[in-house]
Amino acid sequence: MAYSDKVIDHYTNPRNVGTLDKSSHKVGTGLVGAPECGDVMRLQIQVDDNNVITDAKFKTFGCGSAIASSSLATEWLKGKSIDDAMKIDNMDIVEELALPPVKIHCSVLAEDAIKAAINDFRVKNGLAPIESEKVHH
Amino acid sequence: MNIPIYLDNNATTPMDPRVLEAMLPYFNEKFGNAASRNHAFGWVAEEAVDYAREQVAKLIGASEKEIIFTSGATESDNLAIKGVFEMYKDKGNHIITAVTEHKAVLDACKHVEKLGGKVTYLAVKEDGLVDLAELEAAMTPETILVSIMYGNNEIGVIQPVKEISAIAHKHGALFMTDATQAVGKIPVDVNADGIDLLALSAHKIYGPKGVGALYVRRKGPRVKVTAQMDGGGHERGMRSGTLNVPGIVGLGKACELCGLEMESEAKRLSALRDKLQSALTVLEESYVNGNVEHRLPHVANISFKYVEGEGLMMAMKDLAVSSGSACTSASLEPSYVLKSLGLSDDLAHSSIRFGLGRFTTEEEVDYAVEVTKNAVNHLRELSPLWEMFKEGIDLNSIEWAEH
Repeated sequence: MAYSDKVIDHYTNPRNVGTLDKSSHKVGTGLVGAPECGDVMRLQIQVDDNNVITDAKFKTFGCGSAIASSSLATEWLKGKSIDDAMKIDNMDIVEELALPPVKIHCSVLAEDAIKAAINDFRVKNGLAPIESEKVHH
Repeated sequence: MNIPIYLDNNATTPMDPRVLEAMLPYFNEKFGNAASRNHAFGWVAEEAVDYAREQVAKLIGASEKEIIFTSGATESDNLAIKGVFEMYKDKGNHIITAVTEHKAVLDACKHVEKLGGKVTYLAVKEDGLVDLAELEAAMTPETILVSIMYGNNEIGVIQPVKEISAIAHKHGALFMTDATQAVGKIPVDVNADGIDLLALSAHKIYGPKGVGALYVRRKGPRVKVTAQMDGGGHERGMRSGTLNVPGIVGLGKACELCGLEMESEAKRLSALRDKLQSALTVLEESYVNGNVEHRLPHVANISFKYVEGEGLMMAMKDLAVSSGSACTSASLEPSYVLKSLGLSDDLAHSSIRFGLGRFTTEEEVDYAVEVTKNAVNHLRELSPLWEMFKEGIDLNSIEWAEH
């Protein structure tokens, strides 16, 4: 199976690889997936006082599409308010990276990681987590 | 050195130019049907097929009358298992095989179950070998066939075929082996090994795709299989269909070359394989899968913990290898062979199979080591699991959200 140029680009030069201080109350951490399934994503956001994401970092154990999906997610997150970040849809990632059907779960995982990071931040700051009602494509 | 480097010789092998040369005349000048008994075109083809039959037989210590040409090892496995079941079902309905067999064997056994047969799928030990005591315990008076592969396609483990066949024979059962990966790579002798049926394929031994053979013992005991393909009664009635003369000529030549070069080639390849393996297991948290003492000379299956195999292969794009990670398959299930060794799913997902071959050079191996090391290190930098491991976090203590 051939990968799209964008997947290869993100895979070869992943953006925002790294770790933020997960104990900081300004940092939200989302850890999703499972080693047995061959995919684990950790996505972190740094949020300022206006609820804007100023930094985002990831580390991913998974295939090229999983790595590219999380790399792209960190790019999109930076500069967004957490409310706007919550609206990122996995199908946007599928479209941007031209993921084939068998790789859609990678985008789902990235969306889950974003939501998990935001909810971690919300809970740390005394806000209720937002339940996602969405049924994935 | 040509990039990409082919290290997937368990999947298939490039054809040896000497094999191609032997085959070429049989496409056009010598195009006859080997079954045409009444003219020179047929005689020439038949002569070529007979010669190839001798070449194949010689490699495995058989007589030429015991070789049935087929379309490949999958067909040979099917013919052996289904054919023995149909032929001997009045004697008994039980077949024993192992969970690490190739799908051609496992699925043929599933088919037998649908026809009312009983099949025991033996588990294997952690090193991939069949437990002889378990085999012995599984034998019943109803057992008509034991089918255990010679060398495994994923991990290269060589089964104790002599001991297995002795157990089968002691209980009055036939012994069949899928020797697709072993023939031409290590010495295989149907008499010394006590083999009654043996499947082999041309394209794994530098011959063409689409041709293989089934060895069927004729003496002590005389084994019969019920044909699975009906038609003109070719191949002593066991496999109808016009013979693939160029393919058969290629298989014969491939067998002859293996017979001549196998011994020196096995030494050369095991030295290269060992070099690759020791250079890569220097990496932290890397594990060789399967028994390393009883192993085909050209195979190394290594898991690099905390990186995912498919992602790893993408970083090794200059190398053609394969992985036990099945990220692309709909099931997302990692290799059943690796899982049957007791490997956890994450280690199975992290495995890479290196399969060296006749045209692999030392320069290529050295390059493969560099590419693999860089790829593993690159992906570990990206891996949250590697970071957790380095921080001393027990990954089993985390509640993973299964998806």
